[in-house]
Amino acid sequence: MIAEAGLAALWLATGFALVQVMLAWGAAKGALQGTGAAVMTALRRVAVVQGMLALAAFGLLIALFVLSDMSVELVVENSHSMKPLIYKIAGAWGNHEGSMLLWVTVLATAGAGVALFEKRLATATLAATLGAQAAIAIGFYAFLAFASNPFVRVSPAPLDGRGMNPLLQDPGLAFHPPTLYLGYVGLSVAFSFAVGALLMRDVGPAFARAMRPWVLAAWIFLTIGITAGSYWAYYELGWGGWWFWDPVENASLMPWLAATALLHSVTVLATRDGLRAWTVMLAVVAFSMSMIGTFLVRSGILVSVHAFAVDPTRGGFILALLGLYIGGALALFGARIGTVKQGATFELVSREGALVLNNLLLSVILGVVFIGTLYPLVAQAAGVQLSIGAPFFEKAAVPVGLALVAATAAGPLLKWRRDQWKTLFGKLLVPVGVGVIAFVLVFALGGAHWMPSLALGLAAMLAVASVIPLFRRNLRRTPLHIYGMVVAHLGIAVSIAGMAADGAFKVERLAAISVEQSVTVGPYRVELLEVRPAVGPNWSALEAHLKATRGDDAPIDLFPQQRFFANPPTNTNEAAIATLLDGQLYTVIGQGDGAGRWQIRAWWKPFVTLIWAGGFLIALGGLLSLVGRVRRERRDAESDA
Amino acid sequence: MKRLLIWAPLALFALVFALVAGGLIKPADRKIHSAMVGKPVPALAMKPLLATKPGIDSAALKGKPRLLNVFASWCIPCIAEAPQLLKLKQAGVEIDAIAIRDTPEAVQAFLARNGDPYARIGDDPTGKAQIALGSSGVPETFLIDDQGRIIDQHIGDIRADDIPAILAKLEAAK
Repeated sequence: MIAEAGLAALWLATGFALVQVMLAWGAAKGALQGTGAAVMTALRRVAVVQGMLALAAFGLLIALFVLSDMSVELVVENSHSMKPLIYKIAGAWGNHEGSMLLWVTVLATAGAGVALFEKRLATATLAATLGAQAAIAIGFYAFLAFASNPFVRVSPAPLDGRGMNPLLQDPGLAFHPPTLYLGYVGLSVAFSFAVGALLMRDVGPAFARAMRPWVLAAWIFLTIGITAGSYWAYYELGWGGWWFWDPVENASLMPWLAATALLHSVTVLATRDGLRAWTVMLAVVAFSMSMIGTFLVRSGILVSVHAFAVDPTRGGFILALLGLYIGGALALFGARIGTVKQGATFELVSREGALVLNNLLLSVILGVVFIGTLYPLVAQAAGVQLSIGAPFFEKAAVPVGLALVAATAAGPLLKWRRDQWKTLFGKLLVPVGVGVIAFVLVFALGGAHWMPSLALGLAAMLAVASVIPLFRRNLRRTPLHIYGMVVAHLGIAVSIAGMAADGAFKVERLAAISVEQSVTVGPYRVELLEVRPAVGPNWSALEAHLKATRGDDAPIDLFPQQRFFANPPTNTNEAAIATLLDGQLYTVIGQGDGAGRWQIRAWWKPFVTLIWAGGFLIALGGLLSLVGRVRRERRDAESDA
Repeated sequence: MKRLLIWAPLALFALVFALVAGGLIKPADRKIHSAMVGKPVPALAMKPLLATKPGIDSAALKGKPRLLNVFASWCIPCIAEAPQLLKLKQAGVEIDAIAIRDTPEAVQAFLARNGDPYARIGDDPTGKAQIALGSSGVPETFLIDDQGRIIDQHIGDIRADDIPAILAKLEAAK
């Protein structure tokens, strides 16, 4: 019954989405003539019901997994009755069909959120926005119904399921995909706003102010999702790396880059009424990148560690949707943007100028990642096989990224509209000084390579510059969004410092040692005390007991494991990581040679945790800004009334 | 100029769309093909792995079409392939083999369990002969004509439905 109810909820949601599109048309038309308030109310309600139905379908799928209903194919393929409860729940989205249902659910819920909370946008534009959101949803409901139905039954039902990929059996799975999807798909709201504004020729500060909180919210989730995903890959895959430039990682980075650019340009539009066309374009591009990312991941067209099945039917279906929605939005942009009047202009040396620079640099990085990710397809069309990895991305994107760090330091110190080079230099004197000192210390005394040294210097400069906007201000009267900006920019400095420290100073050792022998890595001496068996709820393992000592400090015990899962039969490596104030000691146990020696791989990674700490700071900054903006909007709305 | 710029994003997207659609219609060939196909077998002189069978000398791989099977006792698909090789042998095909990074004991046990289709087995303890052939994994099978030229390369295990095509190619190479 549950499966049928879930499917029914999906079909009903599809129906409501169709009604929503029609009502949107009526409401927008009515609003232009000054009537249609009732239609608008109906439209809002239909959008909310549509979101609730999608949410219900997703809840029912989770129920099927929790109850281990082995008459449902998806549960059989991806779950097992012996699995711990949290992984049964997470298993609902740890597979293609379930994750696409989550995708659509976020889309519909975001639409419902707009219908419920958006008060300040012009009625016609809001109606068109809700119509666009429903139009996107219809395509993806159809995708679920015709190419990825999660509620298919099997008969006869097997006694138990096949289990889940053990790499996914980790708390990371419970949080990473939902946060990432909230970000990915949350950007659909920006897309729909842009389409709505283009349709109603209403590209201006009011539209930007309405769109900003939604972009911010999606961006916060995207930031958390990427940060958490990076840490998950870091400890779960046992390679000691935190970013692999894998196509699927790039697929999440590209919308983030576009959304970050959008976040800054929307501020220019909201505050100064500049960058109208550019902001609309970015809003379209950001969600387009999400959809392209979904396509890349789901079609299996590129080789990736996220080994999803290759499926031309599904790939073709999503590609058709991409063509329809992205192509449609870009065509609408081409047809309408000429009628959007140019907004306010500004001088080169100004806050707007710095934000344009930020946008240009982010776009260049986005372009580099996009080309690097898709280039294997170009080569394939020419009959050549190749893969593009870290060397390309690092060479091409890192210098631009460092320029961006410098621009981030300078931007917030500039005044809106026009400023003087001289004043800027004056304000930058201290940060640049600190940066130069940091660079010299690391490069000359620390003996690091010049590139990570430069990155550390720039990070130090940004860290100092990022707090300057709080100087000589009444801290209690400073708006929350200023704090948000400060914290987010500081987070970037922290994260860059972590990346550079890891790049410059990490030490890696691979040794085959027997019990009671030891290996030195960085400041630590790691001794192998014992290798013994260990068991968990649905796995057994070989566990090494390592003792790491540094000087006279208390020794640290580490227990890396090689786990064996029976359902399905798979081996995984569980790294043991000791987190210290000045870095992480990362250990992995590998194969034994049968003669009593074991492969021990150990890394000393100084200050590597700053990468993720910075990521969460960036998200926190976004959250502060969001709360500040929403509160201010509400206050303005009250004073309007 | 400005009009062109307005439509540039759509044009760019159309380009990407076409590219991706192309990639979807014609999936990538991720096999690594040997550059030696169409050329004579490279000079190989491998010691016999087992005392009971001769090793491989490329000068001897002439006179009639044959298969050169690259395998290893530690390779699971090679076990799946074994029955097909036995069928080919029954059809009168001479199959020579190169054992990659293997030991006589392990190969002996492998042949006892899965059957022995091989006329010769060359010992390639370092994988050098495999590289010379342009083979990137096990199992792979090279089709060699009566002049000692490599006419084709079969990547992965030979399945039952591959047998007729292989027999036809060997027949044509006579």
